[in-house]
Amino acid sequence: MSEFRKISGLLSAASASLLGAHNAQAESAWDVETAVLMYSETDRVSVVEPVISAKKDLNDTDILSMKLTLNALTGASANGAVPSSQPQTFTSPSGKDTYTVDPNETPKDPSFRDARASYGITWDQALDRFDRLKLGANVSVEQDFLSLSGNAGWSTETHQRNTRYDIGANLELDAISPSGGAPEPLTVMDLNASNDNGGDDDDEEEGGEHKSRTVLDLLLGVTQIIDRSSLFQVNLSLSAADGYMTDPYKFVSVVDPVSGDPVRILYESRPSTRSKTSIFGKYKKAFANEDVLTASLRWMTDDWGVDSQTLDLSYRLVFDGGHYLQPHLRLYRQTAADFYRYFLRSDEPLPRHASADYRLGELSTRTVGIKYGKSDPFGNDWSVRLEYYLQSGDGSPTEAVGQLRSQDLFPDVEAWIVQVNYAFRW
Amino acid sequence: MNRSVLRFTPLLAALLLLGGCSSLGVKPWERDQLARAEMAMDADALDLSLDEHIYFSKEASSGGQGFAGGGCGCN
Repeated sequence: MSEFRKISGLLSAASASLLGAHNAQAESAWDVETAVLMYSETDRVSVVEPVISAKKDLNDTDILSMKLTLNALTGASANGAVPSSQPQTFTSPSGKDTYTVDPNETPKDPSFRDARASYGITWDQALDRFDRLKLGANVSVEQDFLSLSGNAGWSTETHQRNTRYDIGANLELDAISPSGGAPEPLTVMDLNASNDNGGDDDDEEEGGEHKSRTVLDLLLGVTQIIDRSSLFQVNLSLSAADGYMTDPYKFVSVVDPVSGDPVRILYESRPSTRSKTSIFGKYKKAFANEDVLTASLRWMTDDWGVDSQTLDLSYRLVFDGGHYLQPHLRLYRQTAADFYRYFLRSDEPLPRHASADYRLGELSTRTVGIKYGKSDPFGNDWSVRLEYYLQSGDGSPTEAVGQLRSQDLFPDVEAWIVQVNYAFRW
Repeated sequence: MNRSVLRFTPLLAALLLLGGCSSLGVKPWERDQLARAEMAMDADALDLSLDEHIYFSKEASSGGQGFAGGGCGCN
């Protein structure tokens, strides 16, 4: 460790609220972080996402932070229908066009295109020497989606600032205006549809009728310093969502029970409520050579039948001159939602809810990545990271019939992620 | 939700009790390593928020570390 970094670290240690790691800052300077993420799936979606965030210590007690995120999304997205030995034709999300999928190809909507802008602001205020109140608001806009949220959190430090307790709540209000209108769940896709697929809500306008949902999140957390070089955090999160949860652009195939050929295509249907509970634990350890290990685990369960486990590991190798290299590994697995179906059979009654969205199926994912960066004591930091993401499921389930036995019903999703970060003090 | 909350409650209670345990912790002058920016629980915050958005869009789980904010259609 260089002498400068040692002194800088000690000064921070002496002056900062330690669990929050609010580093000593130049008076009235903004800490600005920028990043551009490029995400690209093989034969599917591509995303470009620039972000800028800025944080300012206003008067040694209050911290104001803001973040603007934009993203542009193009490419093809799996629509949920099963592949067939025959060409298949689908209605586009707008209801105005159709697209045809080649035999034995996973049906994908080729016209997937969206843009999103999200802005958040947070006010973090010291109530006294040990207590802080954090208030935040967020707005996110897409072509067919508007989300407003507000949150409040309180934290208190005890035991000579070795322990911090957090409690917070977030309320999110979403308005969904599906392109072409929200289709009636589990009704047959209409190849002659033109902007009115039914639905039972009000405010129908050109560009789609409005649906809404509310999401309430609660978080309880404890952060504990273990010793001079390690600490951990544990959070309990509860989430309750109520409203329109169906994906208006996803289909479910109804197939012949013998041949496996699709006989009709339905719009999917999901329950209108969802409750999630998760426990998240994170551990950080600094080694004598300045390397830092970060390990986290998350268990999640919900009333849709999804149980998941997530393991995330990173190790920062610190070199002279502020250079660092940070390998990253993430492993994830989930069980399928109760209403997930690869397909429905025409000889069976319609279930109340059904979705063939692969994201609700049983799957496992792996992310392997590496980040290289350089930081200096004046708040300048740049880095670049490269990650590879692979999502896999069972493409040959036992319930496959007829021609479906020779199809891949759960193709892998592969993605590459490249991200460039630059942070500076302004 | 009640069933799942009950499932996790004993674990959380144990961990909350562990927090504040007198044998854990350091003196104020022993925090040089802990004060490093990369030792903050929210270090690499932009990476975490971008990852959260990716995984929220591709998997059926999300959250755990805080409030992502901003929602997402994510079709």
